[in-house]
Amino acid sequence: MTVAVDVPEQESWFHRNQQRIAPWLFLTPGLLFFSVYVIIPLFESINLSFYEWDGLGAAEYVGFRNYEDLYWEWVDRDAFYISLKNNLIWLVMYLLAIPAGLFIALFLNQTVWGIRLYKSLFFFPFVISQVVVGLVFTWFYDPTFGLLNEFLDLFGLGPLNVLGDERFVTYGIIFAGLWPQTAYCMILYLTGLNAVDPEQIEAGRLDGAKSWRMLWHIILPQLRPATFIAFVVTIIGALRSFDLISIMTQGGPFGSSRVLAYYMFEVALSEYGFRMGYGAAIAVILFLIMLCFIAYFLWSMYREEKGH
Amino acid sequence: MFPKPIEKQPRAAQITYQAMLPLALLLWLGPLLAVALFSVKPAADFTNANYWGLPSSFEGAFNYGQVFFNSDMPRYLLNSFMITIPTVIGAVALSCMTGFALGIYKFKSNLWIFFMFVAGNFVPFQILMVPVRDLTLELGLYNTKTGLVLFHIAFQTGFCTLFMRNFIRALPFELIEAARVEGISEIRIFWYVVLPLMKPAIAALSVLIFTFIWNDYFWAVVLTQGAESQPVTAGITSFNAQFRAAYQLMSAGSIVAALPPVAMFFLMQKHFIAGLTLGAVK
Repeated sequence: MTVAVDVPEQESWFHRNQQRIAPWLFLTPGLLFFSVYVIIPLFESINLSFYEWDGLGAAEYVGFRNYEDLYWEWVDRDAFYISLKNNLIWLVMYLLAIPAGLFIALFLNQTVWGIRLYKSLFFFPFVISQVVVGLVFTWFYDPTFGLLNEFLDLFGLGPLNVLGDERFVTYGIIFAGLWPQTAYCMILYLTGLNAVDPEQIEAGRLDGAKSWRMLWHIILPQLRPATFIAFVVTIIGALRSFDLISIMTQGGPFGSSRVLAYYMFEVALSEYGFRMGYGAAIAVILFLIMLCFIAYFLWSMYREEKGH
Repeated sequence: MFPKPIEKQPRAAQITYQAMLPLALLLWLGPLLAVALFSVKPAADFTNANYWGLPSSFEGAFNYGQVFFNSDMPRYLLNSFMITIPTVIGAVALSCMTGFALGIYKFKSNLWIFFMFVAGNFVPFQILMVPVRDLTLELGLYNTKTGLVLFHIAFQTGFCTLFMRNFIRALPFELIEAARVEGISEIRIFWYVVLPLMKPAIAALSVLIFTFIWNDYFWAVVLTQGAESQPVTAGITSFNAQFRAAYQLMSAGSIVAALPPVAMFFLMQKHFIAGLTLGAVK
């Protein structure tokens, strides 16, 4: 222990306490940015939803009136009702990306020549911006030259104007969204399948388990982490849907393809007027819906953390 | 391996599989291939309603030339790069530090701060829209690339922190303890011990964030307006307005706009997938 003699006696305060200070030193820049641009605006928006404000003049406190107006829109089956209903359709339909992704992953999980390139090309749609996906599908649905109608023509059907028809428009946009989302789920499952325990599969085969039973009882339980992430990203993606609607229909025809995210933007920042407070109230509703899922995700993560 | 390897199946099944692969791919990428076909057609094909036949002449060079030399597209592309690259650097730098702090140290509020980053990363953009737009206006950064970059850095820090913290958690903690015993300061531990081990995470995250930011549309619309600052995702709508009904040019423009993240993906495929699927296996 002679080394101790060499150590200077007056170790600095920082040096002695560095294990307590260091984390805050490292956290400060990130926390600062995140607070200024995410946490504080979140609360500002909640506050703003109790005001009426055109973005320029003075804001006027109106209590719960924005929410009351939304309630009446709901009762009258007006824009808010349609947006919320469409959000629900998005949520349910978008989840189809998970089984579809699993299906393609199972199809591609082979080791034939060139399969790696196939996997990359199947993943392709996810890398492309939603703006381009939206354009591609707008043309795909085009009633005069779209591939869809060329196809329907073969069976003597059509022409069908998907994006111009209130009955189909939301489903048409969701179908476009499912394209990249399925690719995402596929890659999650391909990675998951790679890590499935081969011994259990062999054991299952020896027991004579048929493919379907094997998938259900042996493979899927091992794919649970992949399924969880696929679920998280798909829910978030469904509730965030904005780009495709903005590019493909701008909420139309007659507002029938609006979702809350788009409706909020329309109310607060477009030619329909700058009703910031009203927009904030819509955003708060969307946030509350998202919060149910956020709470569930955090709860799962919390259990996992404590499990370790 | 599941499903059963195709090599161990009858010859007929193998041939069917090999034949189905390209067909399935063709079907899967059909809408995109259609756009690629459009982009090399001459304008006359569209007026003659020759939409799906072979191009009457190959005009690829002309169409793409138009996009690059006769439109604002190069400007938009440059803007996209000038927004995306600083964001990647900023978000990765910030999250290396936050991830280190949350992954290594045990302190009371650790888990709460971590959850705050995670939760913030999931909030709908719309609830941030009005205050962030106001803040950007007040800072005099509305309609500038800087305004967009600052917001993107801040927002992406949420996801990046989640990613980095989990990555650092999986590193062998003994290394850090050994360094502490040696009397190395915490800052040097970060710089000399942990950071070199984080290279794969940094690579994966950089590719991911590059793609996310390149493809962002919502914030580009909210925080920028003109050709001097808009990225290509927002610019393509003005581009399309300029060339309304010129399908061959709109197609070429879309392909050009989509290309950089695609190139990034193919060049850095391993990192990209490693990033996306972090946590998909145990």
